[in-house]
Amino acid sequence: MLKPKDEAELSEIVKGAEGPLWIEGGGTRGPGPATNGVRLSTAGLSGITLYEPGALTLVAKAGTPLAEVEAALAEENQRLAFEPMDHRGLLGTSGEPTIGGVVAANVSGPRRIQVGAARDALIGVRFVDGRGDVVKNGGRVMKNVTGYDLVKLMAGSFGTLGVLTEVSFKVLPKTPASATLAFGGLSVERAVSLLSAALGSPFEVTGAAHLPGEARTLVRIEGFEASVDYRVGRLSEVLAGFGAPQVERDPEAVAEVWRGVRDASMFAGNGQDVWRISVKPSDAPAVVAALGGAEVLMDWGGGLVWAGVAPGTDLRAMLPSVKGHATLVRGAAETHGALGTFHPEPAPLAAISAGLRAKFDPRGVLNPGRMG
Amino acid sequence: MDMPVPDAAILGRKAEIVKRLQQVLPADAVIHEPHETRAYECDALTAYRCAPLCAVLPSTTEEVSAVLKVCHEEGVPVVPRGSGTSLAGGALPTADCVILGVARMNGVIETNYADRYIRVQSGRTNLSVTGAVEEDGFFYAPDPSSQLACAIAGNIGMNSGGAHCLKYGVTTNNLLGVTMVLMDGKVVEIGGAHLDAGGLDLLGVICGSEGQLGIVTEATLRILRKPEGARPVLIGFDSNEVAGACVSDIIKAGVLPVAIEFMDRPCIRATEAFAHAGYPDCEALLIVEVEGSEEEIAEQLSVITGIAKTHNPVELRESQSAEQSAAIWLGRKSAFGAMGQINDYMCLDGTIPVSSLPHVLKRIGEMSKEYGLDVGNVFHAGDGNMHPLILFDANKEGDLEKCEAFGADILRLCVEVGGCLTGEHGVGIEKRDLMVDQYNGVDLEAQLRVKDVFDPQWLLNPAKVFPLASSESRRGASSRRAA
Repeated sequence: MLKPKDEAELSEIVKGAEGPLWIEGGGTRGPGPATNGVRLSTAGLSGITLYEPGALTLVAKAGTPLAEVEAALAEENQRLAFEPMDHRGLLGTSGEPTIGGVVAANVSGPRRIQVGAARDALIGVRFVDGRGDVVKNGGRVMKNVTGYDLVKLMAGSFGTLGVLTEVSFKVLPKTPASATLAFGGLSVERAVSLLSAALGSPFEVTGAAHLPGEARTLVRIEGFEASVDYRVGRLSEVLAGFGAPQVERDPEAVAEVWRGVRDASMFAGNGQDVWRISVKPSDAPAVVAALGGAEVLMDWGGGLVWAGVAPGTDLRAMLPSVKGHATLVRGAAETHGALGTFHPEPAPLAAISAGLRAKFDPRGVLNPGRMG
Repeated sequence: MDMPVPDAAILGRKAEIVKRLQQVLPADAVIHEPHETRAYECDALTAYRCAPLCAVLPSTTEEVSAVLKVCHEEGVPVVPRGSGTSLAGGALPTADCVILGVARMNGVIETNYADRYIRVQSGRTNLSVTGAVEEDGFFYAPDPSSQLACAIAGNIGMNSGGAHCLKYGVTTNNLLGVTMVLMDGKVVEIGGAHLDAGGLDLLGVICGSEGQLGIVTEATLRILRKPEGARPVLIGFDSNEVAGACVSDIIKAGVLPVAIEFMDRPCIRATEAFAHAGYPDCEALLIVEVEGSEEEIAEQLSVITGIAKTHNPVELRESQSAEQSAAIWLGRKSAFGAMGQINDYMCLDGTIPVSSLPHVLKRIGEMSKEYGLDVGNVFHAGDGNMHPLILFDANKEGDLEKCEAFGADILRLCVEVGGCLTGEHGVGIEKRDLMVDQYNGVDLEAQLRVKDVFDPQWLLNPAKVFPLASSESRRGASSRRAA
């Protein structure tokens, strides 16, 4: 395995690459579906390079363990607000997630509905493109429209445009108090209505999930103590038509439940293929109905549907004709190969994406085939 | 500011090009008489003017597509225009270009409260997006100062911000999807009402691309429920350092105000003389606003005033009513008008790390003396976005050039301390030649290549964003016309 210790060495490696490189952060998302080539780890590019709590800014090298970033932030009562998921349980992998991996896969959790995705918190990148050139874009300030926003483009590009070497984030304060309102016995339709009503309220809901298997519908509130009290009370009134919620105020218990939603842990080790479907929330009931008896977890007010199906199932073929996309997150390599990890794009967009990959990586050495 | 020499061949074919455009558009949508095209000769960067070859005002995506096909075949550059409020010259024409104005496309296509989005045509003004949903208690968060006039198309082009982005983010964080026409006339749909458009984040790179990658004709925007209430506190300090430290302490304490505005003494004095808002005569003034229910506002404001008191403010004024809130905001909202009353001004837009604020303000003060031009600073302190307003006299020989040189020095200073040239206005022509101070050749090349993919002939707004020398070989002038 290649493990450059700095950006310059990484640049040399990419320049000298004679075949595909398989780029790896902590390896917690496992090998990519179409993985081949020489393994290239970013683990040697590690460390927080700048952290200014008073400016809500953190800059870290791409191979920095996520846990190290989160620990540094926690010391100042701050956090990565987008709540990145930990794939290890779901995928049965080991290793340490890295901050670069989080960016490369644009990994976000339940709070995405309120504060945005990883890409929204990302304010700067440095990367080595497929030519071996070191490119920087954005920086360390949260308002920046200087030139094209390649920062967003790099987020979720799965290493196909460049190997990230450094990433900058806007971080947010941790909230001192939290609560989960849990409603029981609702159908998927009613649950989505409830979550829409909650998200359409002024009470700044930071989590909105439904577990159809348990018929449990969860709404999270975070903030100062008195504010959480107030919002729990007001939301309970606004949502009274859906029943009386159980209210959990113990911070550890609240965190535990939402970690489970974040990590889709209900699918851990169950042998199914796991898909992640993004639709607008009001389309979600039709999606869930179309999946028949599939095991399902709904997050983002219904806009994110996790589904577990029998291995090899072409879930996309089962979906009703609504806008959105389905990604295969866990499945055998053959299934990834046969069905494609990512939802097929319309031809003009696929052409643009292919064009961008060809410009950033003309020799096709960076994770070729990972995205199409 | 240099612009490329217009293509004589295009100028010579004006009649033919206009005729072709008239074939695909209603008669009143093609503006080509010289006395009429003058209306499009500049945007809000009025120091630079040039009438276009002609202007077109399509009403539908199909018409935009037809126009672009014609221009693509004819090899004519196209400069997109929202409402023409760009302070950076983003919509400045060249004599050989077609201005494509989206002003007629201003409808609401769909409003969906259950899924919290609105889909509009891109010519709709920012404020009227909120206008379409506010009776039902919702709003569209990005709020640039020009929101009464500026179009969503321009907001997307420049990735516009506003005073409230510390909490709500800028355009890119509130944009869910677009319908966009590529230069060859192809119509593409990117994203939609669902989150996280699949594949590469094309939406993210389109937002802020200054109309160089395609013409956005429709946009799906995230709407939010209005907070129950909002209330500001005004805090005056006798030192910029202390004001900066106070901002940092507020943020560190875990409060996330919806806005933290900063004004320095020259700006306070000018606004006081103009708007009589009753501001204290001090070195630095903060307006911090929080949102929520009455109880929540009180809780947050008590944290903020508690912190402020540890910094010995010369003034601490917590609003107790809607009238008092309006009075606190009055001066800030009049700041640009107040400076304009004194003289012509140039409004800059650099961003700096908040920690560099005292140093940057000190340096700006020194440079102000060196250049002999006064400057006042208004600043979105929560996110580091500065708006130094440099006063000059447009009628005085050499003053504009001096002002531009001063402005460029301030922006270089922003970059030097770890910030950037523009936080929300965009590069346009104004900061085009400073791009090399922020990005090296490789960094720029990576951006230029993105345009190569979307617009291989470099016909869309080609003379903007990048230093002309770096885009010259791509713009290739007369060779553009498709065979």
